[in-house]
Amino acid sequence: MEGKTREREELVPIFIMGKRYEVPSSLTIQKAMEYAGYQLLRGCGCRGGICGACGTVYRFPGSYKIEVGLACQTVVQPNMYLTQIPFFPATKSVYDMEKIKPNIETIVKHYPEVLRCLQCNTCTKSCPMDIEVMDYVAAAMRGDITRLAELSFDCVMCGLCTSRCPAEICQYNVAILGRRLYGKYIVPKAEHLAQMVNEIQKGKYEQMLRKVMDTDEEALKKLYNEREIEPEQAGEDWTPKDKTYL
Amino acid sequence: MPYTRELKELIKKVEATRLMRVEKKRRGEEFPLLSLKEREERLRKYHPDFIEGARKEIRVGVSKGYAISPEIVNLLEARSRVNPDLVDLTRIAYETDVLIIGGGGAGTAAALTAQENGARVLIATKLRHGDANTMMAEGGIQAASKGGKDSPYYHYLDVLGGGHFKNPPELVYTLVTEAPKVLAWLENFGCMFTKSPEGRLMTLHGGGTCRKRMHYAADITGAEIMRTLRDEARNRAEHIKVLEFSPAVELILNEHGCCAGAVLYNLETEEYFIVKAKAVVMATGGSGRLHIQGFMTTNHYGATGDGLVLGYRVGVKLCFLHAVQYHPTGVVFPEQAEGLLITEKFRGAGANVLNIDGEQFVNEREPRDVESSCFIRECTKIGKGIPTPTGRVGIWLDSPMIDILMGEGAVKREFPGKHILFKRYGIDISKEPMLVYPTLHYQNGGLEYNSKCETSVPGFFSSGEVSGGVHGENRLMGNSLLDVCVFGRIAGISASEYVKGKFKDGKLTLDHVRRYHKELEQAGIVTDRVAPMLLPDYSNPPVRERQLTAHYLGSIR
Repeated sequence: MEGKTREREELVPIFIMGKRYEVPSSLTIQKAMEYAGYQLLRGCGCRGGICGACGTVYRFPGSYKIEVGLACQTVVQPNMYLTQIPFFPATKSVYDMEKIKPNIETIVKHYPEVLRCLQCNTCTKSCPMDIEVMDYVAAAMRGDITRLAELSFDCVMCGLCTSRCPAEICQYNVAILGRRLYGKYIVPKAEHLAQMVNEIQKGKYEQMLRKVMDTDEEALKKLYNEREIEPEQAGEDWTPKDKTYL
Repeated sequence: MPYTRELKELIKKVEATRLMRVEKKRRGEEFPLLSLKEREERLRKYHPDFIEGARKEIRVGVSKGYAISPEIVNLLEARSRVNPDLVDLTRIAYETDVLIIGGGGAGTAAALTAQENGARVLIATKLRHGDANTMMAEGGIQAASKGGKDSPYYHYLDVLGGGHFKNPPELVYTLVTEAPKVLAWLENFGCMFTKSPEGRLMTLHGGGTCRKRMHYAADITGAEIMRTLRDEARNRAEHIKVLEFSPAVELILNEHGCCAGAVLYNLETEEYFIVKAKAVVMATGGSGRLHIQGFMTTNHYGATGDGLVLGYRVGVKLCFLHAVQYHPTGVVFPEQAEGLLITEKFRGAGANVLNIDGEQFVNEREPRDVESSCFIRECTKIGKGIPTPTGRVGIWLDSPMIDILMGEGAVKREFPGKHILFKRYGIDISKEPMLVYPTLHYQNGGLEYNSKCETSVPGFFSSGEVSGGVHGENRLMGNSLLDVCVFGRIAGISASEYVKGKFKDGKLTLDHVRRYHKELEQAGIVTDRVAPMLLPDYSNPPVRERQLTAHYLGSIR
């Protein structure tokens, strides 16, 4: 568990913002910083690689290359020197989802700076999630909302791409605009869902629910035990034998 | 860290039975489900809630005598972080209609509906907006959306069965009838649920479901919902203000006994601020970072049960906190990923769980508490767990079966988040199984509330994981994302309605805190503990010894 003492482990040197600390070699950067004595406030969120709070950049001595990672997911390596970038100023355009359209005009109106992309690919190289950031920016420039949404789906919005973009684009906010346009306007609506909402509003299930709510525990257990289980390998067309409560 | 040579040897036993198990799966032959009686027996013998010392009675407050986890009792039997006599309640830093404490799924959903209903909203959140367990929920969101095979009636039965038939019916009714509406609401915001080309929502089973009604957005359903709701709130920034790194440390009442604001703590400047509000929504989430019984956790850094403490001090009862949820499949190897959630969706997609001999010992779709108990039984009494190099023990989750069942590339496509995570450690989960063990996952109980999110204190509403009841003694997969959306939306509406109607202005007070302190003294509880905890303590003891001039208040330096 976090915070436990680690006595017999091999220690390696890392440089947190240039300052040397010796930390157990098996730790992630996040746990290594805690081991070194930091109490994390910024730069720590889900500790599970999905919230984007702990974007980190690092280098090794003698190498020109800038490496990136999420501090909670990246294991320390000897002599790495690192800093977290827990926050980076970003543009966020305000839009009314009911009024905008899934096309290039929307993208250009809200984020005109995408057109400044130099295709240097630094964004892609800065992505700790291995997303083809430059390719989705290119899709945004073409107004290809579908491609923009699909390519950016795994984005954790850590902002490392934005911190390094020479064209000053805020890629991850362009991406969420694209995904929302895609989800709302391009993918067909779920008709079965709209139908169900309609049935509920009409009160179709009201009586059966009220009745089961008044049922005592023993009778409930019986109903529960006897409910028909959809087989795991069943296809979309499966229907239960008992249709009384549908 | 890739699997060690020893573990690679053991994986061969899994591979040896894999094709035979895939064939069984294809024929629809499942490991038999336990009867309700057998479930009960497994729980009593192996679930962590039932071990000696798992529960302790609370000695103060409205739920005095209620026995729950000692880790939570310790927080309840603690003093305020701030001496009420030092707080000047006339110096109001922010005034708003609705104050929402917590910026996760429930808080953000509440903000949206309150704003739509005409309220000015302030969200106060401990870390960043969206830093919450909602972000980490992977598997999906339940709703009976397919009328040809499912209905809210079956969803209702499943929720009750999962919760040991103890759930208050009205809460469950609200959950299951609002569920399809919530999905449509999210769809309209542009949430990218996984769909067929015709727009049909894809659905899977979860533990304890009788119909496949788990809707998902690949394996990052919670993140997709959270980032969409957050983006929507940011589009309404004019009326929804957000204060980040500003946790609430105390609720404020007024002379009429109504909730009227909160004391916030700016974690960065270390100042305390007063927020005056006409209504308050508590949406602080759960408490996995208390590491109950020393268990590792899947929870967010900020999940320290703050809302329980604040709500309890103003007199809201606690319920269902005696049951703690351990998710069956948390990572035990590699150690760097320890505690991390492996979504139930892996089992829903066909992966078996196996012991050291590569044998099945439990159906993959038992409710979470039962599944976890069976894992613990296999590793303890039966002794067929898989030992890890760090001295822990685990169970195999045979993810490569999914590629065989659904076609090559299925694991990578359906579980992109986990695939890349393990790849970083040199493990390809489409070729090698994962090692898992139960991990502290969910706070089943919490503040007592009703289906309108009202609590016993006027002007004080509760929603999401901080509240207790809807899941009874055990939540099913896919019902927490649903819970935060359903009850978040309701809390926002109820709070904004209260602002328009019953709200009554009055002088602000922290007398309830003084009374609580007095009650602690009267119960003979002399302690330097403070609560809420705000952040877990992961400090390094040797470092701490050298911090000669540092001062810690609770876990915070």
